[in-house]
Amino acid sequence: MPIDASAEVIANHALSTDYNVLALAAPAIAVAAAPGQFVMVKAALGHDPLLRRPFSVFEVLRDERGTPTGISLLNKRIGVSTDLIYAARPGQRVACLGPLGRSFTVVDRPTEAWMVAGGVGLAPFAALAEALGARGVRSTLFYGARRAEELFYLDLFRRLGVELVLTTEDGSVGERGRVVAPLERRLAARAADRSLMIYACGPEGMLAAAATSAMRFDRPCQVSVERIMACGLGGCYSCVVPMRGERGGVHHVRSCLAGPVLPGDQIVWD
Amino acid sequence: MDLSVRIGSLTLKNPLVAASGCFGYGVEYAEVVDLASLGGIAVKGLFLAEREGHPAPRIVETPAGMLNAIGLQGIGVHRFIDEKLPELRARQATVIVNICGTTLNEYVELARILSDVEGVAALELNISCPNIKEGGITFGCSLAGTFDVVSAVRKVTGLPVIPKLTPNVTDVASFARAAEEAGADAVSLVNTFLAMVIDVETRRPKISNVVGGLSGPAIRPIAVRMVYECRQTVKIPIVGMGGIADARDALEFMIAGASAVQVGTANFVDPFIWPKLLDGIRDYMQRHQITRIADLVGTIDTRARDNEWISS
Repeated sequence: MPIDASAEVIANHALSTDYNVLALAAPAIAVAAAPGQFVMVKAALGHDPLLRRPFSVFEVLRDERGTPTGISLLNKRIGVSTDLIYAARPGQRVACLGPLGRSFTVVDRPTEAWMVAGGVGLAPFAALAEALGARGVRSTLFYGARRAEELFYLDLFRRLGVELVLTTEDGSVGERGRVVAPLERRLAARAADRSLMIYACGPEGMLAAAATSAMRFDRPCQVSVERIMACGLGGCYSCVVPMRGERGGVHHVRSCLAGPVLPGDQIVWD
Repeated sequence: MDLSVRIGSLTLKNPLVAASGCFGYGVEYAEVVDLASLGGIAVKGLFLAEREGHPAPRIVETPAGMLNAIGLQGIGVHRFIDEKLPELRARQATVIVNICGTTLNEYVELARILSDVEGVAALELNISCPNIKEGGITFGCSLAGTFDVVSAVRKVTGLPVIPKLTPNVTDVASFARAAEEAGADAVSLVNTFLAMVIDVETRRPKISNVVGGLSGPAIRPIAVRMVYECRQTVKIPIVGMGGIADARDALEFMIAGASAVQVGTANFVDPFIWPKLLDGIRDYMQRHQITRIADLVGTIDTRARDNEWISS
């Protein structure tokens, strides 16, 4: 059962003029959350803005004894609600409902994990990297952004022992271009008998490219999709993704219930 | 305190009904709300066959509201009866099935099928969805069409028949009257207002269907006015809806003339809203010494008084 928390803002860490990480005191949600799950957040009371917004659980926050105390959200300003979350102040309360949706399936050794993130698509991977690290799974993060200043939390991933493959659109750090290019090269170079799981989150074009590459090299790929959604509980049917049905045909699947993590090879990409 | 209300032959334990299209098939919410505690659940609109609906994006937020064009995605009546109704029955939900057809015969067929199964309390006729081209709204936008579909369904079912009216007409009350004359037990109103939102940077509509239905607090005063107008025109009960977000909003509709109310968009914002609404209604009854909520229905006082508007 999802928990409806009036969560106090513990900290708001601005990463740039567009990005921030908001830390929320929500122990019950933190205890229950699995990597890839999301919460529905409403930063202000009243009717405008009206609806909650979905956010991946970025980190599970813990006290010094390791007990979960809250969660953090990676936010990018794209409108009124994300502006409010960017501007939230410590001590303020935000409505936070979760954890919701299906999580990533976390692999075990000797399978390797390759995470592919574009921009704010980094959001579900801090929690996933931690879970992979706890299982001793060797993992790599392919992480692309517009420019060097928008590659965030690299130290966190390094600390967890994650290998980093960085790309920027302007070439200021790492390879110039899109993040799927180095992913493809590594896929081509990898021996077929070395088992692998790909996890992807980011803009739709990047997800489609990552999922298509994974299919071409016959590797499984779990993608975390982002859709406009009103409720997060299956009530509104807003957040659908076209997927291949078991008996052929295309079905609109609610990403809040069946996802947000979905098998990349069953999604019908445009 | 008596919270029960009557909608024709149907008695609801309280006036709060989950609005169709805003509560899935009810079972999605079983973990967050005791389904038996609701006055009723109007399930997502059902056709005979399964439908996939429109592509995403299907919604966009608007000032104090939202625009949607889902396109009546649904599992069809047979899968509903097999896969959802048993759980709703087990949870003792009062189930109002919202039915949609592209032809008059389809409504009749749906009514027949649903009259023969256990656990259906009433039929809400969707003749008002603004987001699909065929059927539905074409009945709801013509007085003769409304009369015909209600009378045809009336003939084949003993269940309470509640046509859901569109606000996208010049005079909603005349449609309520057509429904009453055709034998409807009640009318529900309003469905959403046809509207659109354009992204000025790309010059593209914000939802795939170009136009959609507006709901939420933004539409409430218009919906209240329409309920009030229908109350002056028909004798059958009215199920009022449109932007209800708290107990006061629900009470406003009842004072305007609604015997029961439906809540939709607000349930998206707060799925735990139902007990809060009930508490608010109870608190109001206590403060106003009302023992039966049904006594509040249509009690609006429109008498002119000297300088009341200026002094208050």
